[in-house]
Formats: sequence, structure tokens, C-alpha cells
Amino acid sequence: MIHLEGINKTFRVARRKSGFGRALQALFSREYELIHALQDVSFSISQGEMVGYIGPNGAGKSTTIKIMCGILRPDSGVCNIDGRTPWQDRIDHVRNIGVVFGQRSQLWWDVPVGDSFDLIRDIYKIDARRYKRNLEELVALLDLEEILKTPTRTLSLGQRMRCELVASLLHSPKILFLDEPTIGLDAVSKIAVRQFIKDLNSRRGTTVILTTHDMQDIEALTERILLIGKGRILMDGSLEELKKRSSWRKTITFEYLGPQPALDAGMTLREARPGRIVVYLEPEVCSAAEAIAHISRQVEVKDVSVAGISAEEMVAGLYREYDI
Amino acid sequence: MKPYLAIFRLRFINGLQYRSAALAGMATQFAWGFMEILAFAAFYKANPAAFPMEFSHTVSYIWLQQAFLALFMVWFFEGEIFDSITTGNIAYELARPIDLYGRWFSQTAANRVAKAVLRSLPILLVAALVPAPYRLSLPPAAGQFILFLISVLLSLGVVVSFSMLIYITTVYTLSAAGGRLIAAALADFLAGAIIPLPFFPQPFRAIAEVLPFAAMQNMPLRIYSGNIAGRAALWGIGIQIFWLAVLTLFGRVMMKKALGKVVVQGG
Repeated sequence: MIHLEGINKTFRVARRKSGFGRALQALFSREYELIHALQDVSFSISQGEMVGYIGPNGAGKSTTIKIMCGILRPDSGVCNIDGRTPWQDRIDHVRNIGVVFGQRSQLWWDVPVGDSFDLIRDIYKIDARRYKRNLEELVALLDLEEILKTPTRTLSLGQRMRCELVASLLHSPKILFLDEPTIGLDAVSKIAVRQFIKDLNSRRGTTVILTTHDMQDIEALTERILLIGKGRILMDGSLEELKKRSSWRKTITFEYLGPQPALDAGMTLREARPGRIVVYLEPEVCSAAEAIAHISRQVEVKDVSVAGISAEEMVAGLYREYDI
Repeated sequence: MKPYLAIFRLRFINGLQYRSAALAGMATQFAWGFMEILAFAAFYKANPAAFPMEFSHTVSYIWLQQAFLALFMVWFFEGEIFDSITTGNIAYELARPIDLYGRWFSQTAANRVAKAVLRSLPILLVAALVPAPYRLSLPPAAGQFILFLISVLLSLGVVVSFSMLIYITTVYTLSAAGGRLIAAALADFLAGAIIPLPFFPQPFRAIAEVLPFAAMQNMPLRIYSGNIAGRAALWGIGIQIFWLAVLTLFGRVMMKKALGKVVVQGG
């Protein structure tokens, strides 16, 4: 369905140091720097997959999305989506995709949301019956009946984002690109948006590609993760694999009375203070229960807490590991 | 055509809702038109034979110009288009199955028409009611009026296709302010927005009349009063069609080039 091979994209950016003198100097000679936004990016995504595309700011996520949407033209490489090269057959290509850029709006600012939807109907030439059915369904799912007549400018961010989702799905696209769809949303709206995307994927079989910094989005939505850093794809696998890769260890904190206890196999000391130790566990060697039993045989344990690392720490760990 | 008409319609509805702006605009244009006519009247009093246009032609020229300001003035750009380029919202526009040139063209034209519809009628009404020498006179013949209407549409087309060149340049320069200001000032001057082209001294006038700007307001405003009539009017309409075709073609080629190297701002 989606196939990228060896995509490269370089931007030329004018650089100068801050300050008046430098600004004057830049009037006469400019220094340019080449930013390698994407280097040899390759992956394939099949129909109906839901893929999380993650990486730190500036890693190249949005650039990849824009190339797949036909907005940017890469310097080299092959991109084939549903038999088309996006930037060559832009108009035919975009008929089959939906896209939400979380930081921008596709709704007309001063007119009621419903008018923006009608315009999208005319632009995509959606036939009246299908449009009505889609709109009713989407509006009911996202609970938007009451705001269809409201101008976009008066909507809250959460309401607006739900409208953006409707706007990009009215033409029943086969592929949905979401560039940070939950950015800036409160917990309730985030959950609503996630639930909706999940439903969409399972009911309509829409292929979803999602970039985000919110690891809960990834945990809730995607089976497969693409990790990109400094313009290169660093990892392509499931969340489970990622967990294994990123030292998916548990930590146990003991507070106790008495001398510092000795550790068993599979336990590593992380920090020790009088009366308190923090220990890493390798779950295959030593379970949390065994570790607690082992320590309580030696000292009087006052308190124990067990924590797994969160997906967020995991990704931060990966960024460190890959030095990005 | 349907998508472009839909954009035209939505932008038109959108443009109609700014009523207080329209009121303020009307007041300004009425006052401006009146002052301009009084100034011309003073000159004509000194020596009516020294002027290239009859006084009644000049009066009609000024009233129509003020009434249809939004259709003809080059400086009336569509701010949203500049914004979409500088902020990167153009990404959404490119993710639609629609030709961007056509989209911007319909959007700009719709905004101008909406503004003109709101403002023109009251100004025309007042201009038709003021006392005799300052009154907007009727066109000399029905045929002349039809030529005027055709020329108005073509003039709008030429103005919009010229604005398109400015939008597209913004894709390269990012800051629209400078080029936009110079282009608008120059184009409006050469289109006869400050003084009608016949008032230009020769040979400057001869040069101005072959430039594309002469195909803007200069043509319909002079056709209306019969200052340009008969074969000359048909010839003028032919020139307008020529410039509309050239500017549109040039704009499309430029756009195609610009989109090949588009960089979406702001992540």
C-alpha cells in the first residue's frame, strides 16, 4: 500500500549568528547550511495497519508525512502509495488520503464549521448521499451536533480538533495521516480522539499513520512503531520489541531497618542510602516477589514500591541510546 | 468547475459579513470621489479645452472607480493567501484534489466581488442623485453599457491574475510586504487609479497604454462614458483578453515551478 525506498530530502537554510554586525554581514554574503532532513528513509506499510511514527523534534517526521501527502518533493528516492507517486500525481493521490496537521487548521476561520464541511464536499466531489451518511456518522461519533453551526473561531481546541478529524474523513480516504493530532488537548479530548481513531481503523479498515510525542497515543493506538532520528529510520518494530530493546527493567525501592542487605542474582543496585535501596530487576532471572522475599529474610522491610519504566522513559532511553 | 465555484461562493458569503468595514469603506470612497471631482472641476473651470477628456467623462470615471474600487484596485490583496504561505498552512491546500492556481484565483475574485457588491450600490445611487455637472451620467447607448460590463469582468480577471504573480513570488521571498507595496503602487498608477491615462503626457501615455496595467480599470471606466467607443472599445476588449491570457499562463508556469521547491514553514 505504502512503500518508501531511499528517500532523501535536504533543505538549504540561511544561517547567521545573532547580533547587529552579523546581520549587516549577512546582507552581503550569506552562509547556507544544508539540513539533511531525511536520509535514506525506507519502509513499507500494508493496508489496514496503524503505525506510530515517533522521534524527537526536528527528526524528520513531518517532512516524511508531507512527502507522502505529495506536498514536498524529495531530492531522491522512490515513494509509491497505492500505485502512485504522490508528488507526480498529486491531485489523484490526495483524493484517497486524509490528513490532519495538529498545529494547523483546515477550517475556514470566520464561517460555521458546517460551511467548511460543505466546501470539502464540493472540492472532493463527494456525492450527496455518501456525504450525508458520512457526516451523520462522524458527527454522532465525535458528538458534534451542537457545534456545526458555530464559527470555527469560537471553538475550543478540543472541539476544533474533532472537527478537523471529521473534515479529513468526509471523503472516506483509504489512508489517514495524523501529524500530532492530540497536541495541546486535555485528557478527555485525547481519549475521545484516540477511541475514534481506533474505531475508524477497525471498522473502515483505514490505514493510519500517526506522528506524536505523546507515548500514551502510541500505547493506546499502534501495534507498530517507526522510530526516526536525525533523518534516519532507527527502528521498525512492535511496541513489544521496543520494550525489549530498551532494557525493560523494573525497579524496586526498599525502606528497611538494619544493615544494607546483600543482593541476589538478577538484581542490580541503582542507589543506596542508609535505610533505603533502589534495585533494578531482570524479570527473566528474578521476579519481584522473589526479590522482596530475598530482602525481607535479611532485614526488616518497612516499605516496598515496584515500578516499571514508562513508555516515555523508554523512548527517552532510546533517544539517548541512538544519540539523537 | 464545481470546486472553484464552491470556493467562490464560500469566500463570497464570508466577504459579505463584514458590514461595518463596508460602511466605513463607502464613506471614505464617497468623500474621496467627491473631493477628486471638485479638484478636477476647478482645473476644468480654468480652461476646459486644455483637457483630453470631457468633464462628464471624467466625473463618470471617478464615480465608477470609487463604486467598484474593490474590483479594480491592485492593492486589494487576499491576506489569507499570504498568511497561508508564510505560516505554512499551504500544506493543507496542497493536500486537496484541486488546482492551487484556480483555488487562489476564485478566492481572490470572490472576495473582490463580495466587497464591491456591498459597497457599489449606495455609492452609485448617491452619484446619480447629486446636482448636474457632478452627476454620474448614463452611458451613451445600451450597446456601450454591455461593452462596459464585459470589460469590467475582463478587468477583474487581469487584476486577479496580476495579484497571482505577487502571491507566487511570496513562495520564494516569504515576506510579501516589499514587493507587494511596490507592485501595487506602480500597477495602480499605470492602470489609471490616480489620474486617468489620457491625462498622462506623451510619450509616457503611449507607453502606459500598451502595458498590461492599461487593461485594468482604465478600459471599463473609459468605455462606460463613451470616451473609448465603437471599434476602439472592441479593440480594447481584445487587448484585455490578450493580457488576461498572458498573465494567467505566466502565473501557471511560475506556480508550477514554485511548487516544485515549496518549503513548508513551521514544522
